[in-house]
Amino acid sequence: MRRPRTLLAGAVALAALTLTGCGSADDPPGDGTTGPVTVFAAASLTEPFTALGRRFEADHPGTRVTFNFAGSSALATQITQGAPADVFASAAPGPMRTVTDAGDAVGEPAVFARNQLVIAVPTGDPKGVRGLADLARPGTKVALCAPQVPCGEAARKALDAAGVRLTPVTLEQDVKGALAKVKLGEVDAALVYRTDVRTAPELTGVEFPESARAVNDYPIVALKSAGHPTGAAAFVAYVRSPAGRAVLTEAGFQPPPA
Amino acid sequence: MTATHDAAPTGSATAGPQRGGAARRRAAAGRVPAALLVPAGLGLLFLVLPLVGLLARAPWTTLPQRLTAPGVLTALRLSVQTATLATLLCLLLGVPLAWLLARVEFPGRRLVRALVTVPLVLPPVVGGVALLLVFGRRGLLGGWLDDTFGVTLPFSTAGVVLAEAFVAMPFLIIAVEGALRGADRRYEEAAATLGAGRWTTFTHVTLPLVAPGVTAGAVLCWARALGEFGATITFAGNYPGRTQTMPLAVYLALETDLESAVVLSLILLTVSVGILAALRDRWVTGP
Repeated sequence: MRRPRTLLAGAVALAALTLTGCGSADDPPGDGTTGPVTVFAAASLTEPFTALGRRFEADHPGTRVTFNFAGSSALATQITQGAPADVFASAAPGPMRTVTDAGDAVGEPAVFARNQLVIAVPTGDPKGVRGLADLARPGTKVALCAPQVPCGEAARKALDAAGVRLTPVTLEQDVKGALAKVKLGEVDAALVYRTDVRTAPELTGVEFPESARAVNDYPIVALKSAGHPTGAAAFVAYVRSPAGRAVLTEAGFQPPPA
Repeated sequence: MTATHDAAPTGSATAGPQRGGAARRRAAAGRVPAALLVPAGLGLLFLVLPLVGLLARAPWTTLPQRLTAPGVLTALRLSVQTATLATLLCLLLGVPLAWLLARVEFPGRRLVRALVTVPLVLPPVVGGVALLLVFGRRGLLGGWLDDTFGVTLPFSTAGVVLAEAFVAMPFLIIAVEGALRGADRRYEEAAATLGAGRWTTFTHVTLPLVAPGVTAGAVLCWARALGEFGATITFAGNYPGRTQTMPLAVYLALETDLESAVVLSLILLTVSVGILAALRDRWVTGP
C-alpha cells in the first residue's frame, strides 16, 4: 500500500510543480493561489459546492476546482486508501473521523454547515403525509438511506426519537439515490436532507419535529495526500467565508453552531 | 471466468478447422515468440494482481467471525438464486433470439443484432433507470401490470432477476449465435431432407450441435448476473433478504469497513470461481 501511494503522490506533486511553473506569469497579486484543487464532498453538497467552485475559480484566476461527489463514507475510504484529494467535506463527523484517525488531514476539521432531514413527497402530497408516523401506514412505500451512510444514520435517530418503526422498500447507498426514487415516483416518500428537496421542484419537503434530534454537522478539512496545500487551505477558507456561507444558506443549509 | 476464454475456441474451432494447419504445426515446433509471451504475461499479471491485492488485505484472523456475520449468507444465497433464475430466463428467451439472428433472414436483422448488444454498452445504472421507466409504477408497462395483475417489480426479488437478466442476456445471445454460425448446417439440411420440420430440427439436431456454445454462454451469463450491481440497485433497490445481493452488500460494507468489504468480495469470488470450475469440468468440454 505504501509504495504505490508514494509514487502517486510523487507524480501528482510533479504535475503540480509543472502547473504552478506555467501559471506563475498570470498570478493574481493577492494570495497567489494557483493550480488544481481536488475536493471530495458529500453527495448532499453537490449543488452549493459546484456553485462555490465556480466562484472560487473566478476569484482566484489560475485555479481549477474539480469535485468528487459521493456518499461521505465511501469518500473517506477512498481518501484513506490514497486517493489524491486536497479537501474533504463530509456530511457527518463519522467519516471525517476515519480520515483524521488515519492521519490524512491537515489540522483540525471545522464544522461549516448543518443540515436537517425532511420527508420528501411529490408536490401535492397525494398520500397526505404530515409526519413520520404517516410513513408507517400500510401501503406507503418509503426509501431511506442505508444506516452505513450519514443520512441513514440521521433517519434512524429521527425514527427512534419519534418511536416509529417502519420497513422501507429500499435502503439507498446515498441521499441522491433516495431522492431519485421519490422523484421517479417509485416510492411515496423518502427521508432526505432539507437541501435536497430544494433542488427538486417536483418535490415538497414535509418538516417534522423529530429532525431536530438528528441534525448533521458538516465538517471540512484540508488533506495531506495530494500536495496542493495553498489551494486546499484557500478553498476551505472560502467555504467558511461570508461569501461561502451565503451560497450554503441559499441552498438551505443552516449556519454552524457559534 | 476461465470459461470466457473457452467460449471463443469452441466456436472458432468448428468454424475453420481446415485453415492454417501448416502454420499451426510450424508454430508448435518453434519456441514461443517473446513478442507474444511478454504481453501475454503482462495481461495475466494485470488480471491477477487485483486478486492478490484482495488476498493480501484480507483480515485472516477475524475471518471466521466475519463469515458468520448476520446478513452475509442471506446476501450470498440471494445472489446465487437470482443469478441462476436470471440465467434460466436468458436461456428461455435468448437461445430462440440467437437462433433467429443466425438462421432466419429478415429485414432489419443487422439493426436487431445491434440492439441486442445495447445492454453491453449501456452503463448498468442507466439500464436500471430504463427498466424503471418501463416496469416502474409510472412506467410504460408497470402501471398496467400493477392494475391488471397486481404485480410490482421494483424493490422485489423478481426485480433483481429482471435487472440481472437485462444486463447478462447479451453475453448468452452472442455466444449462442456464434456457435450457431460456426455449426455445420449440412446436418440441419439432412434432417430437413429426411422430413423433419423446423422445430424438430431445432430440438433434435441444432441444439445438441451447439450445446457447448449454449453452456459456455450460460456460464458467462450467470457470472455476469452474479456480479451485477448498477442496474440492480437502481431498479430493485437495496433491502437485506429481498434485494440486497452480494455486490450491493460489498458496496455498502465499503462505506464503513474496508476489511469486511474485502471479505465479502472474497466469498463472492470463491463461490463463483468454485461453481464455474465445477461446471466447466462437467459440461464445458474444451476443444
